[in-house]
Amino acid sequence: MTTRIFGSGIRRREDPRLITGGATYTDDVQLPGMVHAAILRSPHAHAKISSIDTSAASGAPGVVAVYTGADTDGVLNPIPCAWLPPDCDIKAVDHPAIAKDVVRYQGDAVAVVVAEDRYQAEDALELIKVDYEILPSVVNPEAAMQAGAPQIHEDAPNNQAFHWVADGGDSDAAFANADVIVKETIIQQRLIPHAMEPRSAVANWTVAMGELTLWSTSQNPHIVRFLGSLVTGIPEHKIRVIATEVGGGFGSKLPMYADEMIISFCSMQLNRPVKWTATRSEGFLATIHGRDHVEHVELAATREGKITGIRSVVYAGMGAYLSTAGPGVPTILHGLIYSGPYDIGATKADIYGVFSNTTPVDTCRGAGRPEATFLIERLIDLLAVELGTDPVELRRKNLIPKFEDGHDVASGITYDSGDYEPLLNMVLGHVDYQALRQEQARMRERGAYMGIGVTCYVEICGLGPSQVAGAVGFGGGLWESAIVRFHPTGKVNAYIGTSPHGQGEETTFAQIIADELGVDVDDVGVIHGDTSNTPMGWGTYGSRTSTVGGAAVALAARKIKEKARLLAAHLLEAAEADVEYEDGKFFVKGSPDRSKTIQEIATMANVAWNMPEGMEPGLEASAFYDPPNFVYPFGTHLAVVEVDPDNGHIEVKRYVAGDDCGPQINPMIVEGQVHGGVVHGVGQALWEGVVYDENGQLLTGSMTDYALPRAHMFPDMEILSTVTPSPHNPLGVKGIGETGAIASTVTIYNAVIDALRPLGVTHIDMPLTPEKVWQAIRQGQGS
Amino acid sequence: MNIQVTVNGKSHEKEVDPRLLLVHFLREDLGLTGTKIGCDTSQCGACVVKMDGVTVKSCTCLAVQADGSEITTIEGIATNGELHPVQEAFWEKHGLQCGYCTAGMIMTTVELLEKNPDPSEDQVREGLKGNICRCTGYQNIVRAVLAAAEAQRS
Repeated sequence: MTTRIFGSGIRRREDPRLITGGATYTDDVQLPGMVHAAILRSPHAHAKISSIDTSAASGAPGVVAVYTGADTDGVLNPIPCAWLPPDCDIKAVDHPAIAKDVVRYQGDAVAVVVAEDRYQAEDALELIKVDYEILPSVVNPEAAMQAGAPQIHEDAPNNQAFHWVADGGDSDAAFANADVIVKETIIQQRLIPHAMEPRSAVANWTVAMGELTLWSTSQNPHIVRFLGSLVTGIPEHKIRVIATEVGGGFGSKLPMYADEMIISFCSMQLNRPVKWTATRSEGFLATIHGRDHVEHVELAATREGKITGIRSVVYAGMGAYLSTAGPGVPTILHGLIYSGPYDIGATKADIYGVFSNTTPVDTCRGAGRPEATFLIERLIDLLAVELGTDPVELRRKNLIPKFEDGHDVASGITYDSGDYEPLLNMVLGHVDYQALRQEQARMRERGAYMGIGVTCYVEICGLGPSQVAGAVGFGGGLWESAIVRFHPTGKVNAYIGTSPHGQGEETTFAQIIADELGVDVDDVGVIHGDTSNTPMGWGTYGSRTSTVGGAAVALAARKIKEKARLLAAHLLEAAEADVEYEDGKFFVKGSPDRSKTIQEIATMANVAWNMPEGMEPGLEASAFYDPPNFVYPFGTHLAVVEVDPDNGHIEVKRYVAGDDCGPQINPMIVEGQVHGGVVHGVGQALWEGVVYDENGQLLTGSMTDYALPRAHMFPDMEILSTVTPSPHNPLGVKGIGETGAIASTVTIYNAVIDALRPLGVTHIDMPLTPEKVWQAIRQGQGS
Repeated sequence: MNIQVTVNGKSHEKEVDPRLLLVHFLREDLGLTGTKIGCDTSQCGACVVKMDGVTVKSCTCLAVQADGSEITTIEGIATNGELHPVQEAFWEKHGLQCGYCTAGMIMTTVELLEKNPDPSEDQVREGLKGNICRCTGYQNIVRAVLAAAEAQRS
């Protein structure tokens, strides 16, 4: 492949429709005869439904229908969880689309109203009378497992959803023989992923054909079709799911939700198109949350600072039901990556998945890996204090040396490639780390509190080999497919199974194809997000779109080129061995004037006037790519913060992100992914967090109460990178969509605690709001 | 109630429910779906449009309040098929990813630069604090605004 456009930061072809208001997101869809649905949600965290009276609502102006759990029961199958890790006694409890007898979290669907417009539907919701018998509830995952806690599901004693253990190496011996052990209790607070587009669905059932078209705000429309057919009973080939324009996901649009199935049910009952769009407040309750771990973690080391073991006991909140990928997050995506970039002989993750009376928990940008990175990096900073050594030197001492083709770690996984120290050095050199430490010392002398946080991370993404998916209980494959097709005029379309929703693959995949086929990038279009015209794919999450989907695109293009070569030989009347290729052109060896461009060949293949005997017309190929391993991007992040001890205010002075995601298809887009990820993770450290009261009432139920990062809260980031290709990926690429969020939370956290150490502060639960920081300083000072 | 509103230079007279939000009027009655709804508490700014030259959050404004006014939405800022310099800068600087906050960001920026044609980075960041973006970390949005300012000055 001649590299011409791969690696170039060209601007995105998605953007013209997005900057002019010309894109069609789900809520923009208008269909003739369409009616509007609103969903009544439980105001209680845990209650028995004694009775529901829908009569007043049914007679309200504009109301077309009102349905309750009694209507959907037996018609819609339970909402499935699609990731059930083996050997952990997992309780796949029933999750009815509409609650029938019991509601288990504030937000559980209780009824749905369909009306001529959305105002009428909302009005009618208020007329539904539900008698609830309130039951005791529990919110905190560790508390939910204590004796006497309210029981949420009959068949899940002690609210234990699963107990999963990954024990690699001899962790008992590591801790028994350790010179030093440091321990910490970490609360990974509950987060709300917050895609800016609220969830929405438009369902259109055509009774004559028995077909359902569902516009859905999904990261993975093919999974919605697959699972949707299981829930509705509609054969998979009679469901079309459209998610071509989706306003961000961050994991929140990965799950299979009840709501989209309820809306489909309504359309099937009414034979009319039905639209539902969540209000933001509704989204706070009924769109998945992330994180929610209570972690007891410890690290064993020698006196010289060699880390010998890490282990944890984690209570991971699952919410009231198991969401689609929920159980996979604290287990596979968290417990297997405790080594980070370090050579550690033993790691043990002891994970309890726990039901609570809260919104279900699933993937939130980084999903499991930010939590793992946090605990490793936090423990290393604690060890540095314990040993009185520099935290950076401690990290350097434990880094895995450079490897190019596989490195086994204690948990049993094999990292693909890594060269960690150069990036650490690059980041340190960029800021002049020693000078920063000297400045910190000078500032402390005058009572100013600056802190430095440095994180080295490696993450597991590019999900993943399908065989592994099966082995770890993922209810599907994790390969990707693509069809690449030359049209008669020599223009190209790629039809892909992944489903980008802001990541820019219409552009980056065109860059891959343009180079593979030697055509102009503007001659390539990328089609995604509609199950009726794209091949099967497992979706966009886990930083897998470019690594897995991009590889499928490249392989399809390579197949095309091989066919084009045969056809070129025929058209040039040359032996195949004598045909050479360069830059989109086939020519006869030694006679460069006897040539055909691949686009000329495409035209001939399409009209098929002169084909070699036995060759099929057309120039297109389909490829399936199932990766042999995950990919393991890595990096070093560094933050400098200043804390005002008088009011607890934290100012982020500098943030440096050094990441290695292998060769970058489009560096502009890579940087954009890093920016967004970093700020997302900083949001967790400093501002974001779900608060429930003891009765399971969501106190942070709107954007007024849940603080999201805004433009004035953070400085310009400084972005660095190295390039270490993945040895097994056809393009060498690794993922970049989540690295920022994986590294930045603990980087900021460690910087803040580093700043406050002279004031006696060693721990503050996130988010590090000024009030909590101020309180911690007062406690640290003993006042 | 009967209202008359000029949107992107075109006059519309419509009978509307007094409680109809301006954003729903624009999106559903006029079919101008470029303006988005991202929250219900006036926090996110996805719904920002210009009303009589000033930005408003159209999810917090009734359609009847717009009676007699001139409104500009994201669909109305390009002229003769040529992108507005702010649109051009957002494209050039990768100031958007999923695009959902973009209409509000661009409309806010248009006004910001009318008030202050040569803002500092801090002033840009302050000026955008009523608009939430979850994709970009704001960095490239800030770059886009500064680039648009420069383009408009030259």
